Amino acid sequence: MTSLELLALSPPGWGGLLLRGLVTSMTIAFGGYILGLAIGICGAFGKLYGGPVTRDLLACYTTIVRAIPELVLIVLLFYAGSDIVNHLLMFFGSPPIDINGLAAGIVVIGVVQGAYSTEVIRGAIKAVNPGQIEAGRAYGMGALLLLRRITLPAMLPFAIPGLSNLWLIATKDTALLAVVGFTELTMATRQAGGATKAYFLFFCTAGGLYLVVTLLSNAVIRVIERRACLGMPDVGHA
Amino acid sequence: MVDCLKKLFLVILMLTVSAGMVYAKPVRIGFSAEPYPPFYAPDASGNWTGWEIDIIKAVCEAANLDYVLAPTAWDGIIPALISRKIDMIMGSMSITEARLKSIDFSDKYYNTPTVVVGAKGLEFDATSEGLKGKIIGVQTATVHQAYASKHFPGAQIKEYQTQDEINQDLISGRIDATQADSLAIEAFLLSDEGKACCEFKGTVAEDLSILGPGVGVGLRKGDDELKARINAAIAAIRANGTYDRITKKYFSFNIYGK
Amino acid sequence: MIAGRKLHRIVLVAIAAGVVAIVATRMRWDWLPDYYGILVAGIWKTLLILFSTVVLGFLCAVPLGLIQVTGPKPLALLCKGFCTVIRGTPLLLQLWLLYYGLGSLFPQIPEIRDSFLWPYLRQAWPYAVVALSMSFAGYEGEVMRGAFAGVPRGELEAARAYGMKPFTVLRRIWLPRALHRALPTLNGEIVLQLKSTPLVATITVIDVYAVISKVRQETYIVYEPMLLLALIYLCLTGILVLIFRYFENKIPAPEV
Repeated sequence: MTSLELLALSPPGWGGLLLRGLVTSMTIAFGGYILGLAIGICGAFGKLYGGPVTRDLLACYTTIVRAIPELVLIVLLFYAGSDIVNHLLMFFGSPPIDINGLAAGIVVIGVVQGAYSTEVIRGAIKAVNPGQIEAGRAYGMGALLLLRRITLPAMLPFAIPGLSNLWLIATKDTALLAVVGFTELTMATRQAGGATKAYFLFFCTAGGLYLVVTLLSNAVIRVIERRACLGMPDVGHA
Repeated sequence: MVDCLKKLFLVILMLTVSAGMVYAKPVRIGFSAEPYPPFYAPDASGNWTGWEIDIIKAVCEAANLDYVLAPTAWDGIIPALISRKIDMIMGSMSITEARLKSIDFSDKYYNTPTVVVGAKGLEFDATSEGLKGKIIGVQTATVHQAYASKHFPGAQIKEYQTQDEINQDLISGRIDATQADSLAIEAFLLSDEGKACCEFKGTVAEDLSILGPGVGVGLRKGDDELKARINAAIAAIRANGTYDRITKKYFSFNIYGK
Repeated sequence: MIAGRKLHRIVLVAIAAGVVAIVATRMRWDWLPDYYGILVAGIWKTLLILFSTVVLGFLCAVPLGLIQVTGPKPLALLCKGFCTVIRGTPLLLQLWLLYYGLGSLFPQIPEIRDSFLWPYLRQAWPYAVVALSMSFAGYEGEVMRGAFAGVPRGELEAARAYGMKPFTVLRRIWLPRALHRALPTLNGEIVLQLKSTPLVATITVIDVYAVISKVRQETYIVYEPMLLLALIYLCLTGILVLIFRYFENKIPAPEV
């Protein structure tokens, strides 16, 4: 079969399988990224304004997750995570549930991203002019109002380079789920290559798909950066 | 009084029905997430087809079980069974003493000889002297790896996660030989690339303690009720001709073994 | 009271010590003596791959960054394209593309088998080294580009005013200043490279992750090998960070 036939969208072409894998990858990347952001915001606030115990525990979390390779973390969380959940459920007398692969992938990527985004958001909040926060408090703003009106908008320009980098890392880390047998784009490419022996063609196609995602993401990030950094001095990009 | 009896009857009915439906939740059947023709392989739409997939369907029909296919990475398939991510392993897993320490097996459902297949240009047979100095590829955590480590000490053994990777490296010429199940490697030898690169080198000598009596369904220890149902189903499909009908679709000979 | 302020830390350390004691005594470690030898070999292999790819990758990163700042436009575009592709695709994909993709092309070119390269092309580690080096070069090329572009123009102009030839300017002023600016980032990137090394286990290179996978598959123990693996990587990362911090204290910090 020629290359174009192999890549066709419907069987016997493998293009459809690859695109489905891409959609799965992006779903996991998006879900994991959002979960990571949520964990990051909580973690950053815990580290900045929490008690000493909270700060130490969060420091352990970020240090350990950032020191261990993502592959090892993914394998650990994938196998051990569902095992622990099922043990806990059995301890409380409920029947074991089986965790959807997609959900497990999102949680795993989210936990890993959470450690990194904690550090990025913490750095960004520290870079906000403390005078602005003091002025907000002087006006009598409550904690939540302060967060919503002053802290979050002010820290966004500082956080965007780090957070956009984390998004790109999330899209690429989904490939590691192939090692635990989860069928996302990289695994689908391996399966297609294995069935047809046209490895080079399929891996180049998958590379092209990832590249398209990256370039699109870069364009979107540039737009967001311009909007968020209105009026700020140019930081000078690397 | 009649109301009370009706309620009691309903409760007893529900108990009997639920006892029969212990696995009302579909059983998750695990197998390796790699193409392993002719036993199981994905096609372009992502569906899994093959002899083993058909046997799974037949066994579950005979045992009255709802099932769902759960492709799992081979290196995590036994931990997945133990931690209840899957309920059964039907991925051409051989019954061996080492595995029996951690999990239970049903009766065997096929048993085929183990062979060595190698590069066309080289002359050697499936013995220790023949393989001395050659690079032989085997799948990790399989009977073939255990056998090769014990019986071919002079060979350089390369371990792979899947047989598919081994076949690919045979085609590229990175390894000289592989030891694998005769039917799985037959499918490879029938393909264009397999025909061009490799040929059959010989059947390996018997070693029941390592190679085991055959392939069985992997089950959790203590899951005796499911084991009894599966054994009964396997016996049933062998008795009523379903097994032979499915086997004829893929092979021209009996693969059940002695 | 000092004890009062640091009480939480003492409690935390005590809890951690308790957890370690439980893990060390109640969990299954009987497999360690059998696999100790190959475990050490695996750690050594990991470190070897780390340092060789860092060195090779950095040697490629310097020209990649330099050409993007100075060089002729088409070459600069080529380098930028290389860095974009490397940074835009997952490392696992690049690794498998090299190993399986190129590997599937070999049978179609019979001359390769007779060449002197064949014994190396047969094995897995050359592909691992090339893929990881290319990856490091792609990311560091970007870093070095920023470093070269960030060296103050005044210093380069002063060097030219002294009559130095362009290559001498590069050797005596531009390169050292750029390296100095990039050093803190490079330290972090080397730690990141350590975290990329486990991927080579997927192409049959036996690093420490592959050894632990082997232990998991042969003994069916789920947690203990992975916990030991996590501990090994924690220690390796910690040692690397300590070494870099020691050297950073010796070298004066760059003025931005």
